[in-house]
Amino acid sequence: MDLVKYIQEQYTETKEFPEFSAGDTITVYYKIKEGNKERTQFFRGVVLQRRGSGTTETFTIRKMSGNVGVERIFPVNMPALEKVEINKRGKVRRARIFYQRERTGKAARIKERRM
Amino acid sequence: MPGMIGKKIGMTSLFDENGKNLPCTVIEVEPNVVTQIKSAETDGYEAVQIGFGEKKEKATTAALAGHFKKAGVSPRTKLKEFELNGYAVELKEGAEISVDQFVAEGEFVDVSGTSKGKGFQGVVKRHGFGGVGQATHGQHNRLRAPGSIGAGSDPSRVFKGMRMAGRMGGATTVVENLRVIKVDAEKNLLVVKGSVPGPKNSIVIITK
Repeated sequence: MDLVKYIQEQYTETKEFPEFSAGDTITVYYKIKEGNKERTQFFRGVVLQRRGSGTTETFTIRKMSGNVGVERIFPVNMPALEKVEINKRGKVRRARIFYQRERTGKAARIKERRM
Repeated sequence: MPGMIGKKIGMTSLFDENGKNLPCTVIEVEPNVVTQIKSAETDGYEAVQIGFGEKKEKATTAALAGHFKKAGVSPRTKLKEFELNGYAVELKEGAEISVDQFVAEGEFVDVSGTSKGKGFQGVVKRHGFGGVGQATHGQHNRLRAPGSIGAGSDPSRVFKGMRMAGRMGGATTVVENLRVIKVDAEKNLLVVKGSVPGPKNSIVIITK
């Protein structure tokens, strides 16, 4: 397994982002290509989970678009990722908060964690 | 070189220059040695035999030990012969070949190996049959069945080679046209896009 790790570390550019975990509300800025133009788009939502380890780690964020839930999964080391902004730290008891999918309205609130 | 022998290490994913996430297999290709060169005059055809993986002198049979001694190399665990088919190689017996001499990034290779054993499998998994009919509407126990295996009183038998359930996997499998993503000369590693047959640490043959 060591050699796989070696390849990952050798050929992936790791990114530095502030630490965040499940329950936090974050804004992710990433580049998208439209034809041959490039622009930055953002996606703001609640982090549901962080998954995997090392250079192949990913995180899932969920937002409500109107009354439809939208989830996106981002690899932490994706080259198109520009910036991660933490908007709110949430107080949750587990590392993966999938119960959030079933909740709407008042029940979907996450208590803020004061640092 | 027409081909090399390597060891499958495992899978991961890497980003390419366009930002796409590619599934990759890491193959360790320690320097292979040339153990014999066959020529049209002496053997009737042109080929090169290469060896991979060190083994102990005392684990080598006398016949093989003599063969290695003739080439002037230490005993190897795996030998493989590649026909040259007009390929011009200026190699001597005993020469070492490393990955970076063999392929470069962006080239395409074929990788063959022994696939993982799957045990006794039905026709849906083994041959890709669709099963019979529906799952509901009163249908009973035909979901993954093979269906008809032939006509009745004429020919009164099942034709040879009829695809049926049975042992699956553990056979030599070739995956063609895998793109070489990275070649690491320092650690003798080869990274190809996609999957490669066999479990981790199994021996694979890489050909161009």
